[in-house]
Amino acid sequence: MRLPTLKHAYPYVGWLLLAVALLVLAPAVLSDFRLGLLAKYCCYAIAAVGIGLAWGRGGMLVLGQGLYFGIGAYAMAMHLKLADAGPGGVPDFMALYGDATVPGWWEPLRNGGLALVVILVLPALVAGLLGLAVFKRRIKGAYFAILSQALAAAFAILLVGQVKTTGGANGLNNFQGFFGFALFDPANKRMLYFIAAGILLVSILAMAWLYRTRFGELLVAVRDGEERVRFLGTDPANVKLAAYVIAAVLASIGGALFVPIAGIVSPDDVGVVASIGLLAGVALGGRASLLGPAVGALLIGYAETSLSEAFPGSWSYFQGALFVLVILLLPGGLAQLLGLVRRANVHRGNSVGDHLLRGVPRGEQGETEVTRSASEEAAAR
Amino acid sequence: MRTKFSSRLLAASSVLALGMTATACGGAKTGDTATSESCVDTSGDTIKIGFLNSLSGTMAISETTVFKSLSMAAEEINADGGVLGKKLEIVSEDGQSEPTVFAEKATKLIQDDCVAAVFGGWTSSSRKAMLPVFEGNDALLFYPVQYEGLESSHNIFYTGATTNQQIIPALDFLKQEKKIESIFLVGSDYVFPRTANKIIKQYAAANGIEVLGEEYQPLGSTDFGTVVDKVKAAGADAVFNTLNGDSNVAFFKEYKGKGLTASAMPVLSVSIAEEEVPGVGVGNLEGQYTAWNYYQTIDSPANQKFVTDFKAANGAKAVTSDPMEAAYTSLHLWKGMVEKADSFEVEDVIDASDGVTYDAPEGTVEVDGENHHIAKTALIGQVNSEGLIDTVWSSDKPIEPDPYLKSYDWWKN
Repeated sequence: MRLPTLKHAYPYVGWLLLAVALLVLAPAVLSDFRLGLLAKYCCYAIAAVGIGLAWGRGGMLVLGQGLYFGIGAYAMAMHLKLADAGPGGVPDFMALYGDATVPGWWEPLRNGGLALVVILVLPALVAGLLGLAVFKRRIKGAYFAILSQALAAAFAILLVGQVKTTGGANGLNNFQGFFGFALFDPANKRMLYFIAAGILLVSILAMAWLYRTRFGELLVAVRDGEERVRFLGTDPANVKLAAYVIAAVLASIGGALFVPIAGIVSPDDVGVVASIGLLAGVALGGRASLLGPAVGALLIGYAETSLSEAFPGSWSYFQGALFVLVILLLPGGLAQLLGLVRRANVHRGNSVGDHLLRGVPRGEQGETEVTRSASEEAAAR
Repeated sequence: MRTKFSSRLLAASSVLALGMTATACGGAKTGDTATSESCVDTSGDTIKIGFLNSLSGTMAISETTVFKSLSMAAEEINADGGVLGKKLEIVSEDGQSEPTVFAEKATKLIQDDCVAAVFGGWTSSSRKAMLPVFEGNDALLFYPVQYEGLESSHNIFYTGATTNQQIIPALDFLKQEKKIESIFLVGSDYVFPRTANKIIKQYAAANGIEVLGEEYQPLGSTDFGTVVDKVKAAGADAVFNTLNGDSNVAFFKEYKGKGLTASAMPVLSVSIAEEEVPGVGVGNLEGQYTAWNYYQTIDSPANQKFVTDFKAANGAKAVTSDPMEAAYTSLHLWKGMVEKADSFEVEDVIDASDGVTYDAPEGTVEVDGENHHIAKTALIGQVNSEGLIDTVWSSDKPIEPDPYLKSYDWWKN
């Protein structure tokens, strides 16, 4: 506690390092293709930041964020298809599989501004309604997790069945432009990367702020003792609802950016497996920490690509082994590793490096909460 | 004090992040045309090509066999001195049975590995996902599986059958040889079966065949009790089956279980090859019909060599099937095009493609430079007691590819 001001700046030091890595280092050293991949991981990471809030801070195991990722992605994809088709035009696949008419519920997305509104508001509405129904009835734990996953599965099945209006299993792809910018141009691809990285960094900052507010502390309190919070006169359902809605909107933003970056969205990107993939990064990085979910998602994306490129036939075994190792040895994720380093350093009277990935909320109380629950989990295993 | 410090940092960093984002804007607007520079390295004594097959996920069981026959073709070509004197260097990537991954890996092979051509893909969704990538980068894809037609990309060569080389001959066979007057359609719920059935219904209407029912089940569905009941109740002269994967196992078990037989109500399948027969069960399939352009039982020197070599490399129990043969053929056709063009450049290869032939295991095939498909002989087969497929009817000569069915006046898309 010799330098309290600096100590509390550590999460921001970590954030600055990440910002330099993403905005300066990566564009300087990576090829266009690799930068495009990193842009894709950033989209997953934006969704992961939301999962960090809902799961890490709020204790809600959101197994179906693919639903919200998909809402954002399909809304964007539908807008891009309509924009490519031009005023009054019909997207190419509808002429091929359907009767070459644009369904009424597609029409509002012709307008770019309206599409952006849909991307932000629709997931909030869906998550809000679902959250109201679920949290007010005090449904939690595994029941909530199963419900959220079932919704993602249902969404993917629904998409597959609607070949004429959603492209079915093929999904939507072959986008020419993004709000007037040609997508084949590497310069525009770089622009998309900077947008994704920029939104990721801003959303992490927003979390840093949120974690320090009264809401942020209430959320942790609800996670660790929902009944106690209720006795103290606050309805935990409202706190959880807010966190769940924010997580849904972040997932939707990630999905919307994913579409022009990856150039495609299909039901495989929004279903159960995709949802668990989003969660895996958060678990790897450390769900309760500030930077853990984002860094974890970036690392998982990188690891999956590298393993698959190095061992095309057997990469999934390596990935599985990686998960088993992390869950067995580091249940608190990579952030726990830094916590261990910190503890070792504390004994030597040196606390540098402790908060790089952890980013615990203001005040000693919040900090011990997080540390304690991580160690409790470790003990429970 | 510390709050102030953090808030300032927060504000400053936000401005920084947004500023970086804003300054990065720029570049071409929509409507501009693409210019892509090829990075293929032709200076050394090897040339890189890419194989893109699903080696994990639900399609791995099928696509791994394609990967094996592609590898065999590459080894043969290398043993024979390579292409234009350069040995083939294979870069293999896993499509993971997901369209998005196919798009990503195709980009990687083209932009990062700088391969001269890519071979692979199986499902229609994987091909649709890769199409804009190959067109946008002006690269080459060889796609080895029969498909639903209605497509012909400048940058793709289709070495499997299009509908007028598989589905329409199958209907001709049912009409002329089996004298059917009614038919029942069963398929998986995705693009290929739906498009195939659209064609079948128009053919039926023009040829006086009554379609008594049309049933779809989601991919991977194994619940066929109701469907088979409907088939039985309808009492059609034949069933046209466009089911894919595991669903066939459940369908044919149920079909046999409900007392339906190949002689009374034959099923003609377009997605069951030698590879799938053991999975469905020889007992459930014996006597049923299939439509393809290649069977392991084809009696020709080219096929004997293909089958013998494949068994030598992959074990005596390994079987060869139509998509494997089409993939093997595709690599040899690319070699023929490159040698005719005397260049690895994509546009040179495409320009030289018309009329390139290869004595494939299925017989001699010829590339149509116009629509990038190949002329293939249609073969109707019947599953025998050993689980192999015997040819019972043939179009006798290669059928010119007609992906948009322009030469059929009953067809209206």
